Amino acid sequence: MQDNKLLRAFWLILILSFSVSAPCFAQSGADPKPLIDALAKADFSEAERLIGEIALTGDVRAVPALEAFSEGDLYVRKADGLVFIGKAGDDGLELIEPITGVSAGPAPKSALTKIKINNNLRRVISSAAGGLTLLSPDRSVRLSAANAVLSSPSAENLDLVETALAKETDPEVKARMTEARAVSVLSSDRSVDDKRDAIRTIKTIGGNDALSILSAVSGSIDASLKGDLDAALAALQSKQKLWDMAQNVWYGLSLGSVLLLAAIGLAITFGVMGIINMAHGEMVMLGAYSTFMVQDLIRDHAPGLFDWSLTIALPVAFLVTGAVGLVIERAVIRFLYGRPLETLLATWGVSLILQQTIRSIFGPTNQEVGNPSWMSGSFPVGGMTITWNRMWIIVFSLTIFFTLLVVMKKSAYGLSMRAVTQNRRMASSMGIRTPWVDALTFALGSGIAGIAGVALSQIDNVSPNLGQSYIIDSFMVVVFGGVGNLWGTLVGALSLGVLNKFLEPSVGAVLGKILVLVLIILFIQKRPRGLFALKGRAVEA
Amino acid sequence: MISGFIFRALEGKIIVAIAVLLGIAVLVPALNLMTAPDSALHIPTYVMSLFGKYLCYALLALALDLVWGYCGILSLGHGAFFALGGYAMGMYLMRQIGPRGVYGNPVLPDFMVFLNYKELPWFWYGMDWFVVAMAMVLLVPGLLAFVFGWFAFRSRVNGVYLSIITQAMTYALMLAFFRNDMGFGGNNGLTDFKDILGFQVQADGTRAVLFALSAVVLALCLLISSAIVRSKFGKVLVGVRDAESRVRFLGFRVENIKLFTFVVSAMMAGIAGALFVPQVGIINPGEFAPANSIEIVVWTAVGGRGTLIGPIIGAVLVNAGKSFFTGAFPEFWLYALGSLFIFVTRFLPRGIVGTVQHGFKARDAMRAAADAEKGRGDIGTVAQTVQAAE
Repeated sequence: MQDNKLLRAFWLILILSFSVSAPCFAQSGADPKPLIDALAKADFSEAERLIGEIALTGDVRAVPALEAFSEGDLYVRKADGLVFIGKAGDDGLELIEPITGVSAGPAPKSALTKIKINNNLRRVISSAAGGLTLLSPDRSVRLSAANAVLSSPSAENLDLVETALAKETDPEVKARMTEARAVSVLSSDRSVDDKRDAIRTIKTIGGNDALSILSAVSGSIDASLKGDLDAALAALQSKQKLWDMAQNVWYGLSLGSVLLLAAIGLAITFGVMGIINMAHGEMVMLGAYSTFMVQDLIRDHAPGLFDWSLTIALPVAFLVTGAVGLVIERAVIRFLYGRPLETLLATWGVSLILQQTIRSIFGPTNQEVGNPSWMSGSFPVGGMTITWNRMWIIVFSLTIFFTLLVVMKKSAYGLSMRAVTQNRRMASSMGIRTPWVDALTFALGSGIAGIAGVALSQIDNVSPNLGQSYIIDSFMVVVFGGVGNLWGTLVGALSLGVLNKFLEPSVGAVLGKILVLVLIILFIQKRPRGLFALKGRAVEA
Repeated sequence: MISGFIFRALEGKIIVAIAVLLGIAVLVPALNLMTAPDSALHIPTYVMSLFGKYLCYALLALALDLVWGYCGILSLGHGAFFALGGYAMGMYLMRQIGPRGVYGNPVLPDFMVFLNYKELPWFWYGMDWFVVAMAMVLLVPGLLAFVFGWFAFRSRVNGVYLSIITQAMTYALMLAFFRNDMGFGGNNGLTDFKDILGFQVQADGTRAVLFALSAVVLALCLLISSAIVRSKFGKVLVGVRDAESRVRFLGFRVENIKLFTFVVSAMMAGIAGALFVPQVGIINPGEFAPANSIEIVVWTAVGGRGTLIGPIIGAVLVNAGKSFFTGAFPEFWLYALGSLFIFVTRFLPRGIVGTVQHGFKARDAMRAAADAEKGRGDIGTVAQTVQAAE
């Protein structure tokens, strides 16, 4: 069903492209028109032979007629015995000339006879049409035709593939056709040596495709080739195992980057300032809602800018959540410095209020946040598939991380921030306005949580509970990595992500998560201050 | 020696609190059972059950106060001990259903039949005996607290780190109990209880007894906590809270002191859970949610940590407020709770009881100072009261 749709889709492309390129396309083979007309009087076995001949003409223009035949839309006009494509019209059928595509006007059903079709013929047609398009002048059509042959090989196509291969000049299409040929050779009656070569060619395709092609023929193949085939299969399987491993690492890094995004703001508010900010998750949530608002406005007023929505949402989210953070710090947290456990309670209260506010404004349901075009889709790398949104999120989280690192280490503001963290009174006596540094630092941490929300809105449900699902994980990352150390947060997030994904296949997602939590609890026993512990006086402060 | 231990526990306020609790234990069920439904003094059963629930929460808050208020361990995982106690009770109640379940299986509870269990998992054996189940109510939370505390206190994980790993503990347990193949009913939990010790769970009489029992157990735990806090051990406990290193340098084994308190507290939380489940009729993994454990902290903070009566008052007040708000203005409950969190930490760090006590002490100190000025006071007592007020 799916294949059929796909095939039809590229025939459509083909017909469209054909209407443009037909005039300058010189035919090499015989004219398919008489062959099509001969179908009128042919029985099933004769029709099969004719279709083979039509395919051998290499004339792409025959494809619509073949398609119509397959659909049961090919008719013979009783008056003159000519063959037409018939589409249901207002009265009777609209007739179309099979090769030229010119309309031949309507005709009543009684004036026509339908050419009979059966499933065997449909199969023959499908491979013939697949083969025919191999000769299309359009590069992309040839490529998709080669792919079609690759995915449904048949011995009948072999001659066509070889013809096409001989003519092909484009290297990528040529490579694909070579593979397609190899696959067809395996199911044909060619010599053992040819087949051995074919196995070798298929092996170079690699991945699950090659594995499934080779294991599909392993039952029917010549006994003398069994050894070659098994060796190729074994090589492919071990390669595939490596790719699976790489895919797991990738998934792990992707999860890790999400954790990093969620935790990085917390690494500042909790790690650097010592505030147990339970409202951190709500900052992420606010960032996601800012994205939603931005997209909503763009949809209403400037739909053309939709691909830029995330870029616009980034500063908006940063400012919104940064401002909220500033207010929280000035209104609540500044009275609670030095009492970390009480900041926990107060910020938890803040988080409840923020959640309820969002719920009252937007309702408790999920909001629709769209993916811009550059974030949807995926691309293959070797034996694995990488989706663009995961890819961008990894890039994005690392960018934020390193930007933050530079701000902390190189800027004057970062210097005063570190000074206040290390020795508040000394910093104060050196002229640093510590209350402002506190407020700005908290605002920065919140703003970064908001930016994280922009990214997370692309992969998670945007609902008032969004933040809740990240808060515990974020704390785990920061505590595991080591409080007060950004590098610890990076390493912590990525290693927890990878660990999670490696546990998942063997024990399941939930149990994997439980195991990770237990491991963290045990790890904290061993290293109570995390992976990268701060040393010196700052520890006791 | 034991009597001396108990005797010391009976300080004025505690006596009053215990007397009030015992009074409630008699009075409320009496008013429920013995008055006519249309009488002005009648207490409807649902109100009694609701207050029975508050008493369980009060016990839970008391348990948390023992570790947080007196030992300085802010546990964000006390909901886990509560829920484990509740599950132990729930398992007993499930087994009492017997063949009266929907599927009529005499051995397997309904959810196991539904999930295609062939036989009872090993940890369900013996849970049909009340004594075993009650032992589990104490032992399971106690054992978890012991193992957890053994590792955590020995490696000197404290402060924020301890809070966060206790939170991780309850979170992990929540995820675990949500799984269907854990054998605890998955996300539906345990419910549809019929009998407890042969009495119908839903009957008014049973509910009255459960209420009275909750009040009596709370009084008993208050007595025990008071005994612990007012003993010599209790002084060391406060020392650990205020200056852990100093206590350690003085030669006390801080980790053992903490461990003992943590385990006692966990057991109390377990008892609270066990009393809670028959009164509300259900236990599910939602009880493990980290948010619940944080709420317990608020009850304690509102009432006043470091006072034994405070958490009881705090738990009852906050939960009564919750019942009122979620009924009358469901939108505003979270606003109210959130503001309460902020208000208490910002303006009432001692909690209600703590602030009142502090006020009294300050007043006494001022009076003593005034007396001293008039030349009638003794300098020593002034210094003492002033110090006490600090």
